[in-house]
Amino acid sequence: MGNIKSVCNALKYLGAKPVIAKSPADVKGEKIIIPGVGAFGKGMDNLKPFIPRIRETLTSSIPLLGICLGLEMFFEGSEESPRTKGLELMKGKVVRVRTKLRLPHIGWNSLEIRKKACPLFQDIDNGHMYFVHSYQALPEEDLVAATTNYGCKINASVWKENIFGTQFHPEKSGPLGLQILKNFLEL
Amino acid sequence: MLCHRIIPCLDCDLAFPEGRVVKGIEFKQIKYAGIPWQLAEKYYKDGADEIVFLDITASHERRETMSHVIAKTSENVFVPLTAGGGIRNIEDARKVFHAGADKISINTAAIKHPIIVNKLARYFGSQACVVAIDAKRRYVTEPEEADDKIIVETPDGLCWFECSIYGGREFTGLDAIRWAMEVEERGAGEILLTSMNKDGSKEGYDIPLTKAINDRVSIPVIASGGCGTSEHISEVFQKTRVSAALAASIFHYGTYSIKEVKEFLATKEIAIRPR
Repeated sequence: MGNIKSVCNALKYLGAKPVIAKSPADVKGEKIIIPGVGAFGKGMDNLKPFIPRIRETLTSSIPLLGICLGLEMFFEGSEESPRTKGLELMKGKVVRVRTKLRLPHIGWNSLEIRKKACPLFQDIDNGHMYFVHSYQALPEEDLVAATTNYGCKINASVWKENIFGTQFHPEKSGPLGLQILKNFLEL
Repeated sequence: MLCHRIIPCLDCDLAFPEGRVVKGIEFKQIKYAGIPWQLAEKYYKDGADEIVFLDITASHERRETMSHVIAKTSENVFVPLTAGGGIRNIEDARKVFHAGADKISINTAAIKHPIIVNKLARYFGSQACVVAIDAKRRYVTEPEEADDKIIVETPDGLCWFECSIYGGREFTGLDAIRWAMEVEERGAGEILLTSMNKDGSKEGYDIPLTKAINDRVSIPVIASGGCGTSEHISEVFQKTRVSAALAASIFHYGTYSIKEVKEFLATKEIAIRPR
């Protein structure tokens, strides 16, 4: 269950030919995207058979994009499923958003780009993106590529070398979201 | 800062090949407005923040067609899509999610078997589970006449609000305000609140109804029914603080474009997503 279909639709619209990986052997494209809606523990369970293959592709500099839960799984672990270890591609934990406002944080929120050099945000000028989440990653400050505000600062995007993550859903964020996916495809 | 959402609603009659978007007045008198996925794409390009499809044929045979409409739309439209009308169980919901819907909306099934709200929220997440409430004013002269109901003051007198099912064809005796609070507890992620008195009237949203419910729940409420001008949308945001406003005919018949509505709201300093 999740947004795999929406992500594929967006990629096809942009002229790419996405393949939904059913087994680790399918993970052989020029780019890898881990989408995801749902809980951290379940997500990691589903991802488990693919992990060795994903690590292999990362060493050969293939770009990886994590969307929402996909981003959260880059980290060491999450308050949502305390017994499950994450991919540990980035340092830091995923925590419940600490805000006085209503959770989940659902809707269009404005993006503040912190790292203009991040290739995902080329030709993006602080637009609005669609968010649906209750948890957020707390990485080292220099990995934060964009933030948003929801009664507190929320890390909206992370970037480390060939690994990119968005807490928002570019596949549901209109023309600007498509531009982000296009930028990723053109890496 | 989170933006207020503008949501065009496509009431779909799926007895036609490819479906037809229709618009009723007070849930009757039907007019035709176009083919669902074509209108959806036009609204997306014009800045719609989300699109709602309601199957008003709502008979079991049409279910594949709603999936088809959603699947076709989601190839070219990249904002959240909600499908509603005639969804009775997890399997019906799974079909439209599989076709590309991000949320489903239920009314009749939820009132008949409230546990379905809990189930949908557990299976697909609260964010994907919208409960639609069609509410009609029931005026009272003495509040004691209806002492088990939540009485609200309106410019036309005191009233309570009754939930309707089957697209307005049947009344339930259920208090819409209490029902809204119950569905939140059961795990609904959002309430799509339609005023049956205002629907099709173009005289503005039912502010007392919308405020009464929005003040009592903490999940987002989408105001629906009665939108005739951009001012009606700014009014409902300013007077009730709802998260989203839904409209149909003002967009279908070109009274205003979504872009024009958003430009107007920006002048009122209401946070919206520019295109």
